[in-house]
Amino acid sequence: MEDLVSAVISLYLLSTACYLAYLFFQKDALHHFGYYILFAGLLCHSAIIIAVFVQTGAMPVRNLFETLSLAAWAVAVVFLAVRHRFKLKILGIFAAPAALSLMVVASQLPRHTGPVKDIFSSFWFVLHVVSVFVGDAAFALACGAGILYLVQERAIKNKSRGFFFRRLPSLERLDAAGYTCIVVGFTFLTAGLIAGFIYAKSVWGRFWSWDPKEVWSAVTWLVYAALLHERLTVGWRGRRAAIFSIIAFAVLLFTFFGVNFLLKGHHGEFTRF
Amino acid sequence: MIPKTPDTIPEILLVGLNHETAPVELRECMALSETDTEKGLQDLGQVPDIREAMLLSTCNRVEILTVTGNPDAAARHVKAFLSSFGGIAPSVLDAVLYTHRGDAAVRHVFRVAASLDSMMVGEPQILGQMKEAYRMATIKKTTGVILNRLLHRAFFVAKRVRSETGIGDHAVSISYAAIELAKKIFETLEGKKVLLIGAGEMAEIAVEHLVRNRSGAIFVANRTFQRGLELARKFKGQAVRFEEIDGLLPVADIIISSTGSPDMVIRRDQVKGVIRSRKNRPLFFIDIAVPRDIDPSINQLPNTYVYDIDDLKGITEENMADRLREAAKGERIVDEAVAAFRRWYESLEVVPTVVALRSKIERIVYAEIEKTLSGWGGTTDVQRQALYRMADAMVNKILHDPTLYLKDLARYDAKAVTLDITRKLFNLDEK
Repeated sequence: MEDLVSAVISLYLLSTACYLAYLFFQKDALHHFGYYILFAGLLCHSAIIIAVFVQTGAMPVRNLFETLSLAAWAVAVVFLAVRHRFKLKILGIFAAPAALSLMVVASQLPRHTGPVKDIFSSFWFVLHVVSVFVGDAAFALACGAGILYLVQERAIKNKSRGFFFRRLPSLERLDAAGYTCIVVGFTFLTAGLIAGFIYAKSVWGRFWSWDPKEVWSAVTWLVYAALLHERLTVGWRGRRAAIFSIIAFAVLLFTFFGVNFLLKGHHGEFTRF
Repeated sequence: MIPKTPDTIPEILLVGLNHETAPVELRECMALSETDTEKGLQDLGQVPDIREAMLLSTCNRVEILTVTGNPDAAARHVKAFLSSFGGIAPSVLDAVLYTHRGDAAVRHVFRVAASLDSMMVGEPQILGQMKEAYRMATIKKTTGVILNRLLHRAFFVAKRVRSETGIGDHAVSISYAAIELAKKIFETLEGKKVLLIGAGEMAEIAVEHLVRNRSGAIFVANRTFQRGLELARKFKGQAVRFEEIDGLLPVADIIISSTGSPDMVIRRDQVKGVIRSRKNRPLFFIDIAVPRDIDPSINQLPNTYVYDIDDLKGITEENMADRLREAAKGERIVDEAVAAFRRWYESLEVVPTVVALRSKIERIVYAEIEKTLSGWGGTTDVQRQALYRMADAMVNKILHDPTLYLKDLARYDAKAVTLDITRKLFNLDEK
């Protein structure tokens, strides 16, 4: 197990190195390497997650180590999908380091877990966790695309065509990729939340219990819903959409970590360490 | 071609003038049309001292490339030809002509083909012009083994320089720089609607670039509607009246302005008002006019970008500096190619070819003997020596006739061709 964790970290590290080198040297071979190495890392990573699932019959979110590891896994999955669909290789300079740092932090945490409750293997629970994580990962990439958009737009507006101007894709492409990530993220988040409600109903007998996690999840959902709504109606795009997707991601991060550490609530057990 | 003086290995000679040595008035006099070139090739082909010839004429250079056994005489002929053709006194011409021989001529041809010698370093047209000049010379049958080889190498070098260095990477013309920028805003220019305000060479070239990138509808607004109609016809676009510009602001994606107007043609509040109805789609202004047509403060509006002529000039200058840096890498590729060409050129001498042929056959035969002997075991030295003597005798007999034939070749043309074929047939130049 520990060997696999080290293997995943090394592969993600290599992939990160390839993508950063690609940013500087713009050699196509580098991002191809980054892509395949990340894919290899993802396979090892999936093996870890599946192993836990098979051994204990529970989703591996029993402590902060497993939760972060699953988040890293989701980032890698969504990035590879986006990369495949959009050929937006430059996002690798966010995705690979993000997956890497999540894994590195995770690996430093204790592995002991609390008692496994049988509800961890409930269908709705698994659906809830996987959907929300994939959704969050998509939002993370949208945030990355937003940052790149702002950098590139700044270069074009200020007519200071520096290091990034030649290396980054066009504004429209970054905007479109960010938008797609948000649509995907929103779809998964919505599905994940619905699964969560159903799961809550089956465990606690009610859909909604005003838990801080629930409230903040609703806030996050509304923020992204607002972003999508504005885009579809008045055509919020470009700079404003980019800034908004970065802010929205900050809200999401708070919902993910901040609520658990600061406000407590019924999700606390997933981030214990 | 008429028979030329035989034997000695001839020399490559290049005489010409370009944008650096001759002022434009002189280059204009010298510019050769297609028929001029044909006639020139014919004339030069008649000169006994000139064995092969090619004539390159562009707006920036006129060059005559020849292969000759008597460089001095050939240079005189070429200069006389240029002087009589352009109607320019030989003394004036002498001051602007350069003459390169041997390696220097080879290097020059490679540099020109690779666009290292161009006024706009890295511009791609020169290669096409050179191919055309070469094609013309082959039609007129004024090229032979040496020029054929030289030009093919030149085309190869040019390709290599282009693909291995960034010499042609970034735009060095205003119009093209604007298009490159547009591609950094819009992923593709396909279907993007263009509004051209006013007219002017740079603006029109920019529109042509856009059309080539399959842009969408083109609108042309001009103060004189008639002129607008003409331009619109040229680009298969639609002419609109100057007052209609406002109505097009919500529609257009790229607006190119180049009017002689002393005032701003498009002001900030005009654009500000349409952003919402455009649903924030990006809008790119290219302002080529002096004084400017587009209010520069429009650049501060969201999803709106304004580049004026100074901005674009700044870009082209930066890109030119990049190209010159890349050109240094190109020079190294040329150096290599010149050395390689020299090796081939020297191989046109009979002796090296005969030696190379012999050593190749000996190498094969000896290797095979050793292979066979190693399988036998128990052979004596006497047997070995006998075997080697037999092999040597066979090599000598096989090579006897070809060697004599090659050494007896008198006429230069036939010699060069035969040596070339021999080297290729036996793959003597393998690395």
